[in-house]
Amino acid sequence: MSINIVSIILAIQGAISQGLIWGVMALGVYITFKILNYADMTCDGSFAFGGAVSATLTVVFGWNPFLSLIIATLSGMAAGAVTGLLHTKCKIPAILSGILTMISLFSINLRVMGKANTPLLGVDTIITKIINILPESITSIYNINAWVTMFVGIVFTIATIGILYWFFGTEIGSTIRATGNNEDMVRALGGNTDVMKILGLVIGNGLVGLSGGLVAQTQGYADVGMGTGTIVIGLASIVIGEALFGRRFSFAYKLMSVVIGSVLYRIIIAVVLQLGLKTDDMKLLTGVLVTVALSVPEFNRQRAMKKKMRSYN
Amino acid sequence: MLSISNVYKTFNPGTINEKRALNGMNLELRPTDFVTIIGGNGAGKSTILNMIAGVYPIDSGSIVLDGIDISTKPEHERAKFLGRVFQDPMRGTAADMEIEENLALAYRRGRKRGLSWGITKAEKHNYVEALQTLDLGLETRLTSKVGLLSGGQRQALTLLMATLQKPKLLLLDEHTAALDPKTASKVLELTEKIINENQLTALMVTHNMKDAIRLGNRLIMMHEGRIIYDISGEEKKNLHVKDLLEKFEMASGGEFANDRMMLA
Repeated sequence: MSINIVSIILAIQGAISQGLIWGVMALGVYITFKILNYADMTCDGSFAFGGAVSATLTVVFGWNPFLSLIIATLSGMAAGAVTGLLHTKCKIPAILSGILTMISLFSINLRVMGKANTPLLGVDTIITKIINILPESITSIYNINAWVTMFVGIVFTIATIGILYWFFGTEIGSTIRATGNNEDMVRALGGNTDVMKILGLVIGNGLVGLSGGLVAQTQGYADVGMGTGTIVIGLASIVIGEALFGRRFSFAYKLMSVVIGSVLYRIIIAVVLQLGLKTDDMKLLTGVLVTVALSVPEFNRQRAMKKKMRSYN
Repeated sequence: MLSISNVYKTFNPGTINEKRALNGMNLELRPTDFVTIIGGNGAGKSTILNMIAGVYPIDSGSIVLDGIDISTKPEHERAKFLGRVFQDPMRGTAADMEIEENLALAYRRGRKRGLSWGITKAEKHNYVEALQTLDLGLETRLTSKVGLLSGGQRQALTLLMATLQKPKLLLLDEHTAALDPKTASKVLELTEKIINENQLTALMVTHNMKDAIRLGNRLIMMHEGRIIYDISGEEKKNLHVKDLLEKFEMASGGEFANDRMMLA
């Protein structure tokens, strides 16, 4: 029994670290899905793209792993730009634009890595780089890798939230928010909605690419299939955060609630895995979770309507 | 001021839904003209406003505003010169954003948007003053989400937003049609006040003939994509709804005015 508790605690510690690292991705999905009101399928591809680029640069080209993360971010941004251009210039519907980029990225990721996966063996990752500069007294702590991962996750999510909070308060940022709200108005007020959509997709997918790079660095490998279901996991994080914190809070709280939602999502997964469900079942569980979360408000609305109708009679 | 010459526009050409919306439209506006536009459904009233604003490209002809040919400019570039209020109160404002954020977006119409703060302290003070002129109590609700406002309040706010930066031309597309009569007359009152105080040039599409006669210095009637009646000054002041209906019947060759015009 006591072993079981230790393993649960370790699993939860791992879940928190993972939740923070994946939280950067969830923030990216929040930008496209919530702020821009754009169901962007690109992120399944751009997540793996970021991971593939970061791993390849580190292993094959011997780059500093932190520098590789910058390129991973830029790669994600480029993927977002492609989707944005497909949608705004070629007039391809939003979902299809994302799917086209996503499916193309699958081949590109195989090209980048030259194979289906790239293990980060025998090279420094961002985790080992950090551990190397820490004093012995700290590195001797039990399970130091997980602690460092958590630290990295905290630093990156806080930095991301800070930057997003600033950016979406600027003139361009407000115009992107307004574009997600009412395109007609933005154009009538002189905003170029095409540019705003592309910008939003670039920023969102940049974060998704960064998160993919972080995941590759912390789990020790990049895999061509690592992005599958990214958008659903991102949505799950958003809806869990919303369910917990409500929708009324200020922008900074909303961003924080997305990251906390991402952490909770990982904890839920860790707990059900401990309870005996298989990893293979997780995608189904996530799908059901998001479906329920997205449909509950609609059912509540319908129920409230019926109640209102009855009170008139 | 505004010079529309020989503008043609056909929607869905070559299909079963082909619709010739503008059929050699010509219109000259003088500065501070306040023109009301009436006409039956499908006469091209809204289309001409959308053509000026650049929502759709024109097929041929030209639109020149204050010496600048805007015929081929994209919508967001023309926005620099135009203030617009739509029929649907939902279309003119961003529901999930605060009142002051909406105003700040409108304040930046025609300006380059950069990375400076989206709304400054000094502006907020101006917005309070501007909102006071509406007399709807919105000045105390600067940080309320616009989605919480009523249709009339949103339309009044859109009107304020459209004129926050003085436009060369104000386009009002049946902007009171979706409001209840009392709110509609309040918004019309505001419209008149804002246009007079700022000496604006304006085009207002309406279905209400009484409003069309009462407001503005000039009235035009459209039918099948062109202007069939253009009246201004004293002559317009002495106009009656009956005259307009007669004119309309004559132009449309006995085909009677639509229900909405009859009720007006």
